[in-house]
Amino acid sequence: MSSKLGLDLEKVARARATAGRIVAAMHGLIERHTTTTVERAVLRLYGVDGVDDDEVPLPNRVVDELKRAGALDLGAARFVGAAAEKGLASPQAAAEALVAGRLKASELARVDGARALEHARALTGPSLARIRRQRARRVDLAKRLGMAHGLQLYLIVATGNIHEDVGQAQAAARQGADIIAVIRTTGQSLLDYVPYGATTEGYGGTYATQENFRIMRAALDEASEQLGRYVQLVNYASGLCMPEISAMGAFERLDMLLNDSMYGILFRDINPVRTFVDQAFSRSINAFAGAVINTGEDNYLTTADAVEAAHTVLASQFLNEQFGHAAGLRDEQLGLGHAFEIDPSFEDGFLYEIAQAQLAREVFPRSPLKYMPPTKFMTGNIFRGHVQDALFNLVSVLTGQRIHLLGMLTEAIHTPFLADRYLAIEAARYVTATARHLGDELEFKPGGVIRNRAAEVLDKAVAFLDEIEGMGLLACIERGMFANITRRRDGGKGYDGVVTKAPGYVNPFAEQLSAELPLQLEEVAHAVHA
Amino acid sequence: MPYTPDFGSPSAIDRTLPLAPDPTRVRPYGDTLDDGFVQLSFTLPVPPGPEAEEAALRLMRLMNLHEPAIVHTRDMQNGCTFFVAYGACRDTVDYSAIKVPKAQSVVLDKKEVEAQAAEILAGRPLRVIGACTGTDAHTVGIDAILNMKGIAGHKGLESYRGFEIRNLGAQVPNEDLIAAAREFRADAVLVSQIVTQKNVHIQNLTRFIELVEAEGLRDRWILVVGGPRITHELAMELGFDAGFGRQSFASHVASFLVQEMRKRVQAEA
Repeated sequence: MSSKLGLDLEKVARARATAGRIVAAMHGLIERHTTTTVERAVLRLYGVDGVDDDEVPLPNRVVDELKRAGALDLGAARFVGAAAEKGLASPQAAAEALVAGRLKASELARVDGARALEHARALTGPSLARIRRQRARRVDLAKRLGMAHGLQLYLIVATGNIHEDVGQAQAAARQGADIIAVIRTTGQSLLDYVPYGATTEGYGGTYATQENFRIMRAALDEASEQLGRYVQLVNYASGLCMPEISAMGAFERLDMLLNDSMYGILFRDINPVRTFVDQAFSRSINAFAGAVINTGEDNYLTTADAVEAAHTVLASQFLNEQFGHAAGLRDEQLGLGHAFEIDPSFEDGFLYEIAQAQLAREVFPRSPLKYMPPTKFMTGNIFRGHVQDALFNLVSVLTGQRIHLLGMLTEAIHTPFLADRYLAIEAARYVTATARHLGDELEFKPGGVIRNRAAEVLDKAVAFLDEIEGMGLLACIERGMFANITRRRDGGKGYDGVVTKAPGYVNPFAEQLSAELPLQLEEVAHAVHA
Repeated sequence: MPYTPDFGSPSAIDRTLPLAPDPTRVRPYGDTLDDGFVQLSFTLPVPPGPEAEEAALRLMRLMNLHEPAIVHTRDMQNGCTFFVAYGACRDTVDYSAIKVPKAQSVVLDKKEVEAQAAEILAGRPLRVIGACTGTDAHTVGIDAILNMKGIAGHKGLESYRGFEIRNLGAQVPNEDLIAAAREFRADAVLVSQIVTQKNVHIQNLTRFIELVEAEGLRDRWILVVGGPRITHELAMELGFDAGFGRQSFASHVASFLVQEMRKRVQAEA
């Protein structure tokens, strides 16, 4: 693709290389540590599931028990393998025995490490096969039923009740949505466990549970067959349980996961080390599952100004790309985020939005970019809001975005009414159809506002990445260089769940995933159909 | 621009309108004074068709709307129908008799606020701490009021000379805000609430006041709550000193704070 913006491609390459070195410098820190949720994810991948009488998930009980015994630094897999050596071949049975006290962590620690590892490795087989089957099924469905070309319309449902969500999600799919996100209940990102079973109560959203995932995926499979179009499902691998959500999503064929490398640190005050370790394993699971991740750069613009902070969005996209590659994600799985958030009163703001969106498109040509609608300057004037959303739709189709999160005219008022979603879909379909090939017709004037703006944002991003490299990523976060938010490396939530690995630490899933990643292009449904 | 200083009377009706409305009998204005026309849209959980339209018309009559007219219907694909409709409201309200409680302060300009703060506190800073509390993850409101940048051209409290600000961000437990306010020796505590689904903010704000009272700190701080669904009346009911809703800026909050501080300092003296 030739650059419509006349970008200096050497600068793009330089920024990418700098981001690569910044991420590589984090590798040692990530490798030295594991976390409670990484180990719980390992247990979930082994099929350990269920809750005790107090609704505490079994993976939490096991990890707490191992932690109490001072043995978590060897990895939960070591104990699953040791229990198998002692004749408990089912990880679920071993977990139940450990929690019931019939099996002692100290006793398991004495089992020969090599024997334990052998069992632990062998036991990954059925789970990985299950995930591979789901991945192949998605590719088959996408090929047989098809997926939307161009913009994929992304809608949120959030009633709190999974059964009511099902009805709304199916209706949204019938109205034209390509992607359904079940937004989580407020505050779930800060729970250090994943709730269990089908849920019918939530605030501003619905709990992410494996059963809820299964129910919604089944409902959307039904709708997909009826509509002759594969409808994708999204949830949130973010917060304190990133890898566990990814594991559950992999089993239940979630197609997309919100999965940023730094969002939790900045916007949820989760400990930086915890987040960097969690995102790495979480993203490997998503990569292996053939899922597309969505990154959260749009959030920078809800705190910082979209005109002044545009370069931080681009810099973060480079970092998310490099963290993604390090975890084994292909470009086709990187739904890098950005947003239409310039103040409507800013003159030529629309031109700046075009510059930013086109810049992202040209810098990340194979990525299914995730474009977020206006939220910050939505006011409650629903009539103007509908116009703002229409302009957003126009930029999206003009610049070839992919994952198009539909703006709601009632943003900033309430969770969308049924009719709000219908109006959003109708407007997006109208704009994308009427302007389908506008992008092919337009070139941007050399020396004009759009080209100059894109060059300026790229220059600033290059300088910003240089600065980050000089200081180190953790130090930058401590100094508030992202979104003006300051986070200490030893502060924030979930720090007590960070564990330094012991010399005998094992995680056979991580080993196996990295051996098989990145996937082949034909294993990624999105890429097959792009 | 001055706020109505107390339990104010409604603003004078604009007499330049072609026909003078009667302030004791006010109803919606469509294209002709007193026609009563309102525009509405809603969804009914029934499939589209003549019965659905009739149901919508009957419902509008039950809403006391006259001459109901459906101008647009749409099949929502899930057994539901969307309507855009118009109807005439025959009811009227007596505008002249309305009294709405407001935060009792005059909006001062920034220099005036700074001068008053310096005078009242004899040079020590006015300490303001704020957070978006509970499970609410939105910093947009508290940032708009506290951060240097402010919003829509209105600089935040951080930009006021003589103010010392601490912004704890979002998802702050009530207990943590109270502990931080104590440690900060705050004069005022600002609570922001954006998410109001299922009235989660009411429970959270009630809990906050209970905690503050239980710890015997109620009189130590000026307590302010803000958010798009907050009214001053609601804030008072919940036990706050003031509430700020839509279209409130740092200048409104700052003006209230210095005037309230003056009262408290005078009361102590």
